[in-house]
Amino acid sequence: MRRGLSLREVSRRSMSVRSVGRNVERKDGADKVRGIARYVDDLVFPGMLYGRTIRSTIPCGEIRAVAFPFDSAAFTIVDHRDIPGTNVIALIDDDQPALAAREVRHVAEPVLLLAHTDREALWSAEPSIEYATATPTFDPLASTHAFKTIEVLKGDLDEGFARADRIVEGEYRTGHQEQLYIEPNGMIAVPSDDGVTVYGSMQCPYYVHRALKVLLGLPGSRVRVIQTETGGGFGGKEEYPSMIAGHAALLALKARRPVKLIYDRLEDLVATTKRHPSIVRHRTGVTRDGRLTAMDIDIVMDGGAYATLSAVVLSRGVLHATGPYRADHIRIRGRVMMTNTPPNGAFRGFGAPQTQFAADAHIDRIADALGIDPVTIRDRNALRPGDTTATGQRLGADCSARQVLRAAVKRSRFREKRRALAGTNRGIGLSLFFHGSGFTGGGEVMLASTAALELTSTGVRILVASTEIGQGTRTMHAQIVADALGIPYEQVEIAAADTLHVPDSGPTVASRTCMIVGRLLERCARDLKRRLGGLTPAQYFTRRGPLSVSAQYEKPPGLEWDDQRYRGDAYGAFGWSCNVAEIEVDRATGQIAPRRMTVVAEVGRAIHPMLTRNQIEGGTAQGVGYALLEEVVMRDGAMANSQLTNYIIPTTLDTPEIDVVILERPYRHGPFGAKGVGEMPIDGPAPAIVNALRHAGVDVREIPATPERVLGA
Amino acid sequence: MRFILNGRRVDVDTHPLRRLLDVVREDCGLTGTKEGCGEGECGACTVVVDGLAVNACLVPVAQVEGCRVQTIEGVRRDHPLPQAFVAEGGAQCGICTPGMIMTALTLGARPTIDDVREGLAGNLCRCTGYSAIYRAVASGTRAHRKRARRRPADAARQRPPR
Repeated sequence: MRRGLSLREVSRRSMSVRSVGRNVERKDGADKVRGIARYVDDLVFPGMLYGRTIRSTIPCGEIRAVAFPFDSAAFTIVDHRDIPGTNVIALIDDDQPALAAREVRHVAEPVLLLAHTDREALWSAEPSIEYATATPTFDPLASTHAFKTIEVLKGDLDEGFARADRIVEGEYRTGHQEQLYIEPNGMIAVPSDDGVTVYGSMQCPYYVHRALKVLLGLPGSRVRVIQTETGGGFGGKEEYPSMIAGHAALLALKARRPVKLIYDRLEDLVATTKRHPSIVRHRTGVTRDGRLTAMDIDIVMDGGAYATLSAVVLSRGVLHATGPYRADHIRIRGRVMMTNTPPNGAFRGFGAPQTQFAADAHIDRIADALGIDPVTIRDRNALRPGDTTATGQRLGADCSARQVLRAAVKRSRFREKRRALAGTNRGIGLSLFFHGSGFTGGGEVMLASTAALELTSTGVRILVASTEIGQGTRTMHAQIVADALGIPYEQVEIAAADTLHVPDSGPTVASRTCMIVGRLLERCARDLKRRLGGLTPAQYFTRRGPLSVSAQYEKPPGLEWDDQRYRGDAYGAFGWSCNVAEIEVDRATGQIAPRRMTVVAEVGRAIHPMLTRNQIEGGTAQGVGYALLEEVVMRDGAMANSQLTNYIIPTTLDTPEIDVVILERPYRHGPFGAKGVGEMPIDGPAPAIVNALRHAGVDVREIPATPERVLGA
Repeated sequence: MRFILNGRRVDVDTHPLRRLLDVVREDCGLTGTKEGCGEGECGACTVVVDGLAVNACLVPVAQVEGCRVQTIEGVRRDHPLPQAFVAEGGAQCGICTPGMIMTALTLGARPTIDDVREGLAGNLCRCTGYSAIYRAVASGTRAHRKRARRRPADAARQRPPR
């Protein structure tokens, strides 16, 4: 504060300083760098027991007998008969039990729960479970049980192929990928007189809340869920935390003591969800000059043993399967199959990385077949404003596919390097991709999310269930509220994500936390500003007392979706991005060194440019891991490499330099024009890297492109 | 078991083979040191023992008898490095951050980008793609050098114990 100015002038001066578009200090930064932010494993409650999950060791069969060949008197032991409500993890299809009663569908399925005061005693107890085994199915192509099938039709496929000069076919495969948040999953349940409070690492407090109500047979008022500081999620803490919370709560209610249930890395890797493996087949009609006339796409995903979120993962995969390309005649068929492997689930990108890997690896092959360069074929077929997508969604002025392509080509000196590197051990490749923000189709209408703001003695407090998991939710929301209300960023605080106090603003997933929830907060702030009648929040609070406002999701006018026919506006908005990957191949060992990634991303409006860049850099690195390193080895239905020594994620030495350029084309219904940003960056690295490999003479159609696959190509 | 933790003598009555990580977090109540894998791969539990960055999940407490152990709680509040992690976006979910900072403190006064990449290769981060961490270490060590020129005695106290 400068001396000599009156308070009023100072406040007017600071009000004029907008925070949107500036790199304000993140709200949770200081506590995290000093080690005082409290994660779930940092909490201790008086009388607390430690919990443990006993899991199945077979992929398919029935439980015949359970025995406790140790002194079990000092243990709290829970099985399916102790469940007061319904034995299910409530989500979409409600097919997954919290504890197997008889049927076992996968290795590491929870069967029993134990709790004890002493961890050593707890971990040395070995209940024995006798099974009758049945024949498992591990191959999704051999499975006869589809969790969900989807078909999208546009135009007339026969007509499209009739117009083609060439037909190009290809099959592309992707493996499992582990989210690998550095903080493993964990929960603490604390019983109360008539209910339970659960603390833990999670993305979606109200998903956990709903699952606990069903499992425990309790009304919502007797279940309280509080998110602790969360050490990364990436989708891996979207649905599985409901399972762990349920287990901790069952133990706590039976023991009548708090129970801490923290997974070690091995258990987290073996038991929790991964990205769905996929097999995608493309058959594409194309004219001699490289215009796509027909796209026929067939998608098979491996759902694992229970439905979890598979139906919506498939949906997003289908809706992104063409990549950001135009064609009048399209058919996309997708199915997600049951196998006897641990259930797959949410992971950043949510189906889109799989299908856009196939789409963009395929586009390069079409270009090769026609003798056209990779930039020209993309530029010719990229979606433009006014075009319609496979579902018939007409794109607005913020369709930036060609802009990001051109910017990335120029920035990376793609054409020059493509010529110069030909015939060497190095390669350069492109990918062009898009990502829909928010829930698919009518999902946001069904969610009907609510956000709220309340006055405090010093400013305002944000009330949302949207969680901070590292991406910067607290900071970005505070910026939106500060500017919409016209107050300094520092006067905005954020309530803890505690279901007792915050409304259900929906899950923290699907690149919706800025575009959808941020928009709700912007509306709250504008409403509040009207009600303040010229007073500052603090003045109003002091003179007239508390005041709060809330806003519920309203569909933007003109947005229509038909879920039966899969037609209409699949998403409120799309982000657009282009990657250029530069790699080097060691032809003796098959090892690929990624040298440089250039990323151009159009995100509507970067509320906090540094956080936006952080999301893009982090997502790109995770995509590099997906492309090259991260292989889940499944043996007899179980992850065989369930340690960080053999499930490898990129270290500093594996991560290339990442050059990021952010473009902004505001979206009318996003807060200050913002669209989603979190997921999109992981869609592009794998196809760009595989296309760069192909430029270096290595034809890989399955990721990760491990040295074994490179040498075999 | 006696050692010096963040400049203070501590005397812990425990089994000599317990992990230093558990002793620091549970017996000493300093939960800033995190567990990410329990097998020395992720570096979230990095602490500085007599000037060396070590994974506290791999060190039996008997091994630090008589040593100087520094955790994130022992980094001075006005040290520029943690603040640089905030300013440059090097701390996102925050779980790897204490370990990153502890390792970075041992990289010397003027680490090159290759020193930083090499030095932090045992600390995994899943949020940042590491770029923001390089920027944080560069800016934090630069600020620390500037301060050392201004107030040499003060800055000397902030070096990790050797």
